[in-house]
Amino acid sequence: MMLQSLTTLIIKELLSLLRDRQSRMIIIVPVLVQVLVFPFAATLEVSNAVIGVFDEDGGRHAVELTQRLAAAESFSRVLPLYNGPAAAAALNNQDVLLVARFSPQFSGNLDAGRAAVAQVLLDGRRSNAAQVALNYLRSIVETYAGEMANMAGGPGLPRGESELEIRNWYNPNLDSTWFVLPSLIALITTVGVLIVTALSVAREREQGTLEQLLVSPLTTWQIFMGKAVPAMLIATGQGSLVLLAGVLAYGIPFSGSLLLFYCAIVLYGLSLIGVGLLISVLCSTQQQAFIGVFLFMMPAILLSGYISPVENMPGWLQGLTMANPIRHFTEITKQIYLKGAGFSVVWQSIRPLLLIIVGTIGAAYAMFRRKVS
Amino acid sequence: MLARPRSDPALRDREKAFSLKRLAALCRKEGLQIIRDPASLLIAFVIPVVLMVIFGYGINFDSVALRVGLVLEDESPTARRFAAAFQASPFIEATVGTDRQAMVALMQAGKLRGIVVLPVNFSRALITGKAPIQVLTDGSEPNTANFVQAYVNGVWQVWRQNQDQDAGASPPPTIGLEPRYWFNQAAVSRNFIVPGAITIIITVVGAVLTSLVVAREWERGTMEALLATRVTKAELLLSKLIPYYLLGLFALLVCMIMSGGLFMVPFRGSYAMLWGVSTLFLANALGMGLAISTLTRNQFNAAQIALNAAFLPAVMLSGFVFEIDSMPAVVRAITYIIPARYYVKTMQTLFLAGPAPSILLANALFLLGSAVLFLGLTAAATRLRLD
Amino acid sequence: MPGQGEQRNGKTAGESLPCTAPENTDKALAAQEKSRAGGITSARASAGTVADGGNLDIVLSGLSKRFKGLDHPAVAPLELKLHAGAVTGLVGPDGAGKTTLLRMLAGLLAPSAGQARVAGLDPVAEGRALRAVLGYMPQRFGLYEDLSVQENLTLYASLRGVEGKERQASFATLLRFTGLEPFTGRLAGKLSGGMKQKLGLACALLGSPRVLLLDEPGVGVDPISRRELWAMVHALAGEGLLIVWSTSYLDEAEQCREVVLLREGALLYAGPPGNLTRSMAGRSFLADPGERSKRALLRQALGAPEVGDGIIQGGFARLILRKDAAPEAVARALNLPAKALRPAEPRFEDAFIDLLGGGPSGGEALGGEVPAVSVASRQGKESAPVIEARELTRTFGSFTATDRVSFAVGRGEIFGLLGPNGAGKSTTFKMMCGLLKPSSGQALVLGRDLQREPAAARRRLGYMAQKFSLYEGLSVKQNLRFFSGIYGLSGREREKRIQEMTATFGFAPMLGQAAGELPLGFKQRLALACALMHRPDILFLDEPTSGVDPLTRREFWLHINSMVEKGVTVMVTTHFMDEAEYCDRIGLVYHGRLIAAGPPDSLKAEARAEQTPNPSMEEAFISLIERYDAARGEN
Repeated sequence: MMLQSLTTLIIKELLSLLRDRQSRMIIIVPVLVQVLVFPFAATLEVSNAVIGVFDEDGGRHAVELTQRLAAAESFSRVLPLYNGPAAAAALNNQDVLLVARFSPQFSGNLDAGRAAVAQVLLDGRRSNAAQVALNYLRSIVETYAGEMANMAGGPGLPRGESELEIRNWYNPNLDSTWFVLPSLIALITTVGVLIVTALSVAREREQGTLEQLLVSPLTTWQIFMGKAVPAMLIATGQGSLVLLAGVLAYGIPFSGSLLLFYCAIVLYGLSLIGVGLLISVLCSTQQQAFIGVFLFMMPAILLSGYISPVENMPGWLQGLTMANPIRHFTEITKQIYLKGAGFSVVWQSIRPLLLIIVGTIGAAYAMFRRKVS
Repeated sequence: MLARPRSDPALRDREKAFSLKRLAALCRKEGLQIIRDPASLLIAFVIPVVLMVIFGYGINFDSVALRVGLVLEDESPTARRFAAAFQASPFIEATVGTDRQAMVALMQAGKLRGIVVLPVNFSRALITGKAPIQVLTDGSEPNTANFVQAYVNGVWQVWRQNQDQDAGASPPPTIGLEPRYWFNQAAVSRNFIVPGAITIIITVVGAVLTSLVVAREWERGTMEALLATRVTKAELLLSKLIPYYLLGLFALLVCMIMSGGLFMVPFRGSYAMLWGVSTLFLANALGMGLAISTLTRNQFNAAQIALNAAFLPAVMLSGFVFEIDSMPAVVRAITYIIPARYYVKTMQTLFLAGPAPSILLANALFLLGSAVLFLGLTAAATRLRLD
Repeated sequence: MPGQGEQRNGKTAGESLPCTAPENTDKALAAQEKSRAGGITSARASAGTVADGGNLDIVLSGLSKRFKGLDHPAVAPLELKLHAGAVTGLVGPDGAGKTTLLRMLAGLLAPSAGQARVAGLDPVAEGRALRAVLGYMPQRFGLYEDLSVQENLTLYASLRGVEGKERQASFATLLRFTGLEPFTGRLAGKLSGGMKQKLGLACALLGSPRVLLLDEPGVGVDPISRRELWAMVHALAGEGLLIVWSTSYLDEAEQCREVVLLREGALLYAGPPGNLTRSMAGRSFLADPGERSKRALLRQALGAPEVGDGIIQGGFARLILRKDAAPEAVARALNLPAKALRPAEPRFEDAFIDLLGGGPSGGEALGGEVPAVSVASRQGKESAPVIEARELTRTFGSFTATDRVSFAVGRGEIFGLLGPNGAGKSTTFKMMCGLLKPSSGQALVLGRDLQREPAAARRRLGYMAQKFSLYEGLSVKQNLRFFSGIYGLSGREREKRIQEMTATFGFAPMLGQAAGELPLGFKQRLALACALMHRPDILFLDEPTSGVDPLTRREFWLHINSMVEKGVTVMVTTHFMDEAEYCDRIGLVYHGRLIAAGPPDSLKAEARAEQTPNPSMEEAFISLIERYDAARGEN
């Protein structure tokens, strides 16, 4: 009897989600668009950038460096600039991201064994990209300086040389799609679950069917479960879809335990269901629920570490993100998907999720009961 | 109440024309609805403040003090000197230890963004030949990993110079780089994030809110009553545009006050230009919202579509955080049809570089064109009948 | 306090409006109105509004409208002429095309073929000119709920170009006319249904329209408010306005000078309702069941070939015989003494149903499927009430919505809760079925508190909400499956019940159709089917027939009656007076209190007065409320 009622509720929920073309679109289209566009769009690395070179030197070192810059993958083109005003204009008009300026004595200084300085003018309107580009530039210049030193080599120093052996773990080529995809699993499931829970309860309230459920022998828990299970199914389905796309289409190897991954999805789903139910209890119309979802989702996504790392936020804001389930789940997906982390590591992010689940579902249950009776 | 007969044909003809009085009455009604609807207030006042705080504090690329672990498997004085240089770096928040596994676990948990390992026989290797310093970065945050590489490289350079000086050797000639950030001397990311954030906020206030308003009139049956009066299409559309335009300007004002007063982002442009460009962008956002609303006549769907068609592209494809140049050609082509892209560029220029007519003009022209397109679409989709 | 304004008006209207003389009603009403609001009428008369009344009419020539995807036209080609000076009733069952026709007249829909001329103008081509003389009130009144009464008026005044002194004068007149003066600052959304309706009318009247189109203004509004609105509109018609009033309330239609009767877009009848009613002379009878159950009698009667239609009216079954059927033969067929069949005054509704081909016959009722509720097995003592309210009270802040209400409903009884909008009947109803917690007192079902042990008691309960709460996105079949499923039905049993329901209600052709796309009548049937799927022995029905046409209503009560015969207990709230007649007992709720309770006939007897020696249910309703007000006023 219990089970029978519950399956009936679940089937109904899935039917009403999938029957209506509009709702189907809302579940599927954002997933497709996000999977197709976001991994390419959400990149903080610099490629295809145009940079300017203002060469007042004309000596061999400046020419060599300019050629190396032009050959670098990150920079699509080097724009030669012949005077100060031209350099200024190029920066002003955002024709170039940065201008490398070799002063007249640049090659002379180097040839004479003195230190030489190249000025780099960067567009502060895009200071992050500029900084990243500056790092590329720096490594090119340093490599060149190293080669110069080796060629000049001579007797060398009476000691061994140390060297940096850099390995990028979990993402050897620092490919930003590797970063985006695990986060997308979190993002996409979020939208799905919140819409299913928060909005569908509000819709039942508006249509009056919620009253029908309340006068039936169903208990509050069954009604909650009837919302939670379909939401969970949608979440797992969408999550699996993104995961498949990640592994098959983007070729990002899944390095953790699938079991742990799905356990985490279920827990994350529960925490979102808690949030969704809480919103639905607080709102009486679909419009209010929509705004509620929006008001929760926007800050939660922006502060999840997806756009910029959590550790860069001020302390009070980092504290606030502890209540943000998306933040914990993006960490978990990266830990399991990319880093192959085991339970002991993941547990640190699961613990706050559990607290969120208990808090939101408990509050939603209490308020639902109070509102009904 | 039936005092005035209306058979006078001259009077009838006059009624045909656009009436400012009717427009004013409709605007007043819309204004009252905005004031009374908690949802509108929430979107127009709370969202700008919340988003500004989030973007101002939460989105930050100035990676001060990255957490990097140092594993000293070798405890020789040489290694300790390296550790000292490591800990002295202002860009690195060092965790020094000897257990590699513990450090790896921390990196898996995301508590460290990189690990530097000085292996057991580091100092001996340094005397005999090649001495590797292992640098492991957390590639799951590629941007941060790049910074870890650069900062560790910096520490290494400093340490090597120190080593050379101690050995009394003259350093080989070096090439120094002297970076100068124009428009944003300290390269504070907030300075470009905040102008971009204003774009997002105006999009939300303009498009999401207006996507609800026409649909609401249809759903509540008031549109039918309005259409049975002598309202013209122009009056109807303007009565939706003007109040929400003012609301959008208000949101802009809130943003400007916060950006200058709280976040200390400089504003170097002219306020007249700001107003002009913002008006154009608002026309875009409002036009998009109204077009969606008019076409769907259903609040729920309208809001969903507005979210997907206006908000997400404004975040992802406007270039305010993510570099448009770095996107593949196809995605880059898509960004050209996103009005937010042009507004972000203008706003960043206006805030940080000051009036730059050539950039502003080109972008303003595009905004004008797309505004005309959206409003034209709305006008075409608006019918004064039910079928 | 909602309702006070209406109530004051209700008194005047109630005293002055005789209901029994349809022919004279509008004249009488106009006269009454003149004495009541003489200022308006004389002012208008002197302004000579109807001066060019020559072309103030509506002429339809071949007007029709088809919608895509529908096989029959929403409005079939119509040839019709409507005149000013009286209210024309646009009547018909659901889906008859009433709204579509009104929208075409207002120029809101373009006709597919043919032409309409309203006051000499083409509604589409000359729409703007037409709108200068047109007042239109859509179904939901077209009010901005978040604007106050005054703000709504101001908006529509501006839209209709009513300015300056004229505006102030119009506001004053309309506010007095509608009795909304004390509520100008109140938000329209916070008004009661009746007040919203009056405000909607006031907004439509701004700018002195000469053509007034009103789309179902009476839906969901209590009889007092409806009567007041009716009086106002008739007063306006008396001044020469052309008024079209669409309705599915036949008592309203009966009072129109002319009615236009539509079915499925086609014209069935146009002319004075009296003519149609008179054609029924000698065919309406009240059958006294004597010792037998009135419900059993009705069912038997409906099965007889001579009987075209029948309803319960208080203690009697009201039967309409088919043309040329002899009453004696009917009495014999029903095993009644000849004198138990008393002739009754024919009503417009009789004619309406007759024109539509008669009401449903008794055989198809649902009760046939349902096993009798076994009193012994289900309940210890037969005498114990099934539903009981004990000193039930609910307060919202300082407002007492339900005030110490007590009643008890026995097995196999239909108990009706009646009352004006906002009187507290919904609140009481919600507490009874456990949707709302009482502030004090007890709501008991089968002696149990639904709040405390919900699941067990709720399993025996059937509930049908006012809005026919169905999953609109799901198909008919899916809704049936869902509602049987949550009550724990499964397997063959479930399929069998679904089949039963499908057969009884004729769902077979539409099983796959989304519930939201069904015509209103079928939505209502589906809602009933869903509520009965688990064979409850207690039924809670909240305005179960609101907005559906008389045919569907008859069918509905046929099913309910057959279930009651099997011992099912029913509690119902309603606005319809003919529905109240079906109840065994009625509780009249007003200002949160139960001001009268008893069988319909004894309430009618209680309300008997000099002017109304033989009051209808509606008159009884109004008079009891007035007496209560008077008594309160004295205290």
